[in-house]
Amino acid sequence: MTLLAQVPTGSGQPPPEPPAARSGRYRLLPYLLLLPGAAWLLVFFGVPLVQLASASLYDPSGSLSTGYAMTWAFGNYPDVLQAYWPQFLRSFGYAGVALVLALLLGYPLAYAIAQKAGRWKNLLLVCVVAPMFTSFLVRTLAWKTILSDNGALVGLLRDVHLLAPDGRLLATPFAVVLGLTYNFLPFLVLPLYASLERLDYRLLEAASDLYASPVEAFRRVTLPLSMPGLIAGTLLFFIPASGDYINAELLGTPNEYMIGNVIDSAFLVRLDYPQGAALSFLLMAAILAVVFGYLRRAGTEEVL
Amino acid sequence: MAETPAGDLRLANLTKRFGIFTAVDDLSLTVPQGSFFALLGASGCGKTTTLRMIAGLEEPTSGQVLLGDRDIARLRPYKRPVNTVFQSYALFPHLNIFENVAFGLRRRGIRSVDDEVLRMLSLVQLDGYGNRRPAQLSGGQQQRVALARALINRPQVLLLDEPLGALDLKLRRQMQIELKRIQTEVGITFVHVTHDQEEAMTMADTVAVMNAGRIEQLGAPADIYEFPATAFVANFLGQSNLLAGEAAGTAGGEVAVTAHGGRFSVPAGRARADRGAVHLGVRPEKLHLVGSADQVPAGHQHVTGVVTDASYVGVSTQYLLRTGWGTELSVFAANSGAVAQVPVGSEAVAYWDPRHAFLLPRDVADSDRTSPVLDEPVGASS
Ligand SMILES: Nc1ncnc2c1ncn2[C@@H]1O[C@H](COP(=O)(O)OP(=O)(O)O)[C@@H](O)[C@H]1O
Ligand SMILES: [Mg+2]
Repeated sequence: MTLLAQVPTGSGQPPPEPPAARSGRYRLLPYLLLLPGAAWLLVFFGVPLVQLASASLYDPSGSLSTGYAMTWAFGNYPDVLQAYWPQFLRSFGYAGVALVLALLLGYPLAYAIAQKAGRWKNLLLVCVVAPMFTSFLVRTLAWKTILSDNGALVGLLRDVHLLAPDGRLLATPFAVVLGLTYNFLPFLVLPLYASLERLDYRLLEAASDLYASPVEAFRRVTLPLSMPGLIAGTLLFFIPASGDYINAELLGTPNEYMIGNVIDSAFLVRLDYPQGAALSFLLMAAILAVVFGYLRRAGTEEVL
Repeated sequence: MAETPAGDLRLANLTKRFGIFTAVDDLSLTVPQGSFFALLGASGCGKTTTLRMIAGLEEPTSGQVLLGDRDIARLRPYKRPVNTVFQSYALFPHLNIFENVAFGLRRRGIRSVDDEVLRMLSLVQLDGYGNRRPAQLSGGQQQRVALARALINRPQVLLLDEPLGALDLKLRRQMQIELKRIQTEVGITFVHVTHDQEEAMTMADTVAVMNAGRIEQLGAPADIYEFPATAFVANFLGQSNLLAGEAAGTAGGEVAVTAHGGRFSVPAGRARADRGAVHLGVRPEKLHLVGSADQVPAGHQHVTGVVTDASYVGVSTQYLLRTGWGTELSVFAANSGAVAQVPVGSEAVAYWDPRHAFLLPRDVADSDRTSPVLDEPVGASS
């Protein structure tokens, strides 16, 4: 009420400034709240990022024992690209195929849980998340057992001649893609679920009342309205999947290695820091390029 | 969808059960082609469910929905020449107003929709709103978009589920006139659901009063108002004073009734029962107040009481008259200047012309049913 009383009645005059002390405190508050998070980011993300960037420009002839010299060796980048472009391509290829598989599995799943599950909704959601309670490594090792040459699955597939007598599942691109699909599926399903859950079924009734067949109603109403979840889900799936190395390591052979495996070995086996750092930066740049390209396209499609 | 043979909309023994609950109970009615039909009833009486069965969004438990002589009860909704204005509007939030309105035409593969959509938007007075999203519109504007979106398809039957519910009074009156005008212009059958009796009476050619999943009475608004079929209708459509009495048969074209010690009569043509337990009904505006019994004109009937309340509402004064046996009668006296105000607390006599009374059968357990307290003021709204 007191604030209202201060508003001048004459037109064109801005209301008087509230007392300075008050406004000063309120202006600072958002930044104060931001401080812990910003500090965390700076120390644990900003600093390592800068360090990694400089490591990627070290003299490649140095080593951990002799020490590295900072020589602004931009040549590291073309060098690693030339040496490891197949792994780069493979990363995005596997992650892309896995994404398509995950969409085929995940969209109907998210839709069913969100719109059709009724009182089973929560239970089904728990089932989607439950595998996350065990470690990524353990889950992938379990797949290794399932797909192993003397496992029941391979035996069955050989018996029904879907697999040649000496055919295998483990140590094939199929196994790696399967592992990626499985391990990152929840990241796709959960955001999709969130936006499909908000979908008002009455809109589908309206579409159907307005001559839209179920297929058309899906295309014109369900799909566009689930776009935010779809975009978030595909990104949350694709980004970690393309940088992953555990699945290729455990379910594949060096022939299936992805760029994550190369970075892993550069840092931990070959101890070639400049190479590892340059690869990491390239991966980051490539993912950013893919993501921005995707968002541009998906963003405009959503508007149409 | 214009190629389907035209015809009346008929519901035949239509029933819908949800579990053990019967929402629509053996409903049969005919809506003549091109007419404005109002389905009037209290909230929860099954109006929406009935519309949804016509639209195909709810499958009937039993019964038929006929359009002309074609049973469409099992046709998918998108194959029916029927469109709905939903109670919740159900506008597509991701599409702008133009695309919302164009939706039906596009789904039927019509390429050039621009002219038609713009014409429709101007019909509902939303010119220039085509590029906005539904969320940027007020409730009333959204409702008009919903109307345009359905109407543009020129369906054989347009279903309107309380389409004016969200509008303020002024806009509602305006839209009622507009809707009626549009309906006359395009000649489409309108089935209009509402719980507003005034809306139903002003707009519809035929009104069906629905109660607990059944039709209580169906007819022209004036016919229903002047001669209601049941006590429910008598009090749902306007107000009525219902006196519990006993009828003693017809003699000389009159039905004799005794109620609370008084003797009354009703013309046989205004009696829906002439023997046993009955309600003698008189509308409040058909009652006139005078100071004493000798002022009652010849041929009229009367009851005596004490005025307990008088509310002045401008066009009329609404009195409550407590009768000798304790029931309060409602009397509306037009403020025409011809009669003096009757002070509260004074004795008064209410009289009426027997030709304005009506007689309804009564459950024996039922005693007097006078005008219920309305949650919406009736006379004050226009
Ligand atoms: N899907 C449903 N499941 C169970 N009961 C329902 C369902 N739809 C409506 N009903 C019930 O049927 C009755 C009639 O509902 P409705 O047709 O929406 O009433 P109205 O539109 O006249 O207000 C209500 O009592 C409502 O609770
Ligand atoms: Mg309703």
